[in-house]
Amino acid sequence: MAPFVGAFFTVAVYLILSKAIIRMLLGIAILGNGVNLLIFILGRVTPEVPPIVPNGLSQPLGAIANPLPQALILTAIVIGFALFTFLLVLGYRAYQELDADNTDNMRLAEPAATPKPPLSY
Amino acid sequence: MATQTGTHTELDLPQAMLETATAVSEWNLILPVVIALMAGALLAMIRHSRGSQFGFSVLAVLVILVIEIDLFWQVLETGPVVMTMGNWLPPFGISFAADIMSASFALAASFVTLIVLVYFQAEIVPREVRHGFYPLVMLLLAGVTGAFLTGDLFNLYVWFEVMLISSFGLLIIGGRKVQLDGAVKYGFLNFLATTFFLVGLGYMYGLTGTLNMADIALLAPSAPVAPMTAVAAIFLLAFSMKAAAFPVNAWLPASYHTPDAAVSALFGGLLTKVGVYVLLRIMIALMPASRELFDPILTTIAVITLITAPMGAIAQTNLRRAIGFLVIGGIGAVFAGMAIASLRSVAGATFYAFHSMLTMTALYLVAGLIERVTQAKDTKQMGGIYAANSPISIMFLILVFAAAGLPPFLGFWPKLLITHGAIAQADWLLVFAVLFNSLLTSIAGTRLWAHIFWRPGREGAHSEIPNDHLRKLNPTESRMALGSTMVLVGVIVVLGLWPNLLFESAGMAAGQLLQPQLYIEAFGLQGFSPDILSTGGAS
Amino acid sequence: MKTLIFRTIAPALTAIMVVFSIFVLLRGHNEPGGGFIGGLIAASAIAIYGIAAGVANVRKALYFDPISLAGFGVFIAGFSGLLSLGQSVPFLTGLWASMQLGQAEITVSTPMMFDIGVYFAVVGTISAVALALEEEDDGGSK
Repeated sequence: MAPFVGAFFTVAVYLILSKAIIRMLLGIAILGNGVNLLIFILGRVTPEVPPIVPNGLSQPLGAIANPLPQALILTAIVIGFALFTFLLVLGYRAYQELDADNTDNMRLAEPAATPKPPLSY
Repeated sequence: MATQTGTHTELDLPQAMLETATAVSEWNLILPVVIALMAGALLAMIRHSRGSQFGFSVLAVLVILVIEIDLFWQVLETGPVVMTMGNWLPPFGISFAADIMSASFALAASFVTLIVLVYFQAEIVPREVRHGFYPLVMLLLAGVTGAFLTGDLFNLYVWFEVMLISSFGLLIIGGRKVQLDGAVKYGFLNFLATTFFLVGLGYMYGLTGTLNMADIALLAPSAPVAPMTAVAAIFLLAFSMKAAAFPVNAWLPASYHTPDAAVSALFGGLLTKVGVYVLLRIMIALMPASRELFDPILTTIAVITLITAPMGAIAQTNLRRAIGFLVIGGIGAVFAGMAIASLRSVAGATFYAFHSMLTMTALYLVAGLIERVTQAKDTKQMGGIYAANSPISIMFLILVFAAAGLPPFLGFWPKLLITHGAIAQADWLLVFAVLFNSLLTSIAGTRLWAHIFWRPGREGAHSEIPNDHLRKLNPTESRMALGSTMVLVGVIVVLGLWPNLLFESAGMAAGQLLQPQLYIEAFGLQGFSPDILSTGGAS
Repeated sequence: MKTLIFRTIAPALTAIMVVFSIFVLLRGHNEPGGGFIGGLIAASAIAIYGIAAGVANVRKALYFDPISLAGFGVFIAGFSGLLSLGQSVPFLTGLWASMQLGQAEITVSTPMMFDIGVYFAVVGTISAVALALEEEDDGGSK
């Protein structure tokens, strides 16, 4: 599955390097999925037995799936989703207010031109 | 992770898990975070009743402050404390842990938040309160405190995100166009940084099978070197972005000047320091072998950050943008301490980060006051305040000296420690960089001071014209904003004149970082037999 | 949306989805389900109702502001952890109690309380976002 992670990352990097905010957002979403897949693989793909301890025992009988990566990924998905939603709304607002989907035009917070040195020089 | 299959049968770990009680009692470790979180939630519920918001949030932060003072003394006297959630045993359950560094940073964070909350009373806008300023500040405090106090890497990621989301909210809360512009840059780059952090986490888990910081410190030496170095490199990139160190610092000056001054102050004081804290923790305590490999890289980052940042400040005419560059310069000093990694320099680095939390917040607060008095954001339009409002000018000068590290102010002592450490290792490049940074910072700062205060008036077409935009602070502003800033500056001055406590605790904090045995033992991890440890936690 | 079929079905659909979300929430501890997924189902129910009946009606029907619901959720989730303070066990330790209610034995626990907190947090946050976005479609001001 490692090549898939590589592909995800490649596409994501390409998209994030774009100037259009909407493409950067897509890149961010794909990057998040790539990372989740990466964690999934790094947690080792183990037998598909649910990690449930039978009644009366203190540990499972045989080999079980590793639940931790799944918990990590679930958390990462939730958080990534929240941030992605925020960035999506932010991008939309920026598009409305600044009329700019192109990051080259987003220079409001920067000094207008190269500022002249203060008079005291 | 060499042996993945469960070999815990001899010790019967699950049984131990059920029967062994973990140490309790360290409630002062978790309460600050929980109180901040719950207070934030409660404030979000009642955010339409504007009157109670301020009082309630100040009360919550005061309680947190008291608990953290208690925690700090406890850590100072008895060494690191740990509490593992949900009665699980340490490497499995999520632990909270405090050593001197994290306890003192958390203390500074809540103090700074308290000051900013009071200061905000002067620039309060009803709309911002309705959009949830107070809940967001409390959530930010919860995220920052959680990041300082957690002992688990994944939990750290979660607190980072809590911090990130609330800082997004605070950054755009006024809804001005500049803020949207700044927030887009801030948002994308910080989101990328946390994603890199997550990648590093994944590899760390794959290599060592654990995410508990103490467990990592135990297992890192036996893990394969090359992959561990790669993990450390990813962490270095991620947290350098967070800390705004040289090549990846573009987001900070692009965004920090856009929101209200109080929010800028909170960000300048807290956010980058969390990145610095994690770098100190990971590079010094958890993965010292990888840090040694990174020595030249850390030195390069430190030198370039130290020198370029104040130059950026000199080039700016927007006051708060200039201060943003001074924040970055401070990060360079911490990197210098990290690159040397002797007891003295690490003590200097932690001390510097602590000092930077207070001083940078105060600088932004004073900048906010200046903007209020002159009704301008550009230093060219300021000028002539000295006569109108001398307390502001005195505070600004003190803070500039503190930031530059001139004696007897607070910034001098950590820079002394770092320089001393660098001289001891004959690292002349870093000695030069730290001292040159002080020179450049004082040039940048005094230049700002001269432009804002010394000049008789603002800049006209050809010469200076009398500044007719100056106005007096109204009573709320002088009571709340000026008063709270004075308290903060007063604390900075007092700590600078009597730095003994900070000196000692910084030394002890560095000792605990360089020799994390105490930290690890506080988790109770040494109690396991070595073969359990070598199987690496979760399997 | 003006489709007659959709507007007729939507209230019923919303009611069923909310009930189902509570079912999913309560079975969550030992079986698939839980606060997060239940909250998502309830939030989508609210979103559907919003598309059908307009955002103003939804806000009236919800009575509480979605953000307040989210705050309430986080608050009781934190509170469920604090309950273990009285039992002198670490934060977030699961505490269980069962009571007899007629024939059935009902188990209450702090993990369940935490899950309910998560449910409210998710419902509140997601429906706040959804309603804000739908409001913009209606041409309303934010």
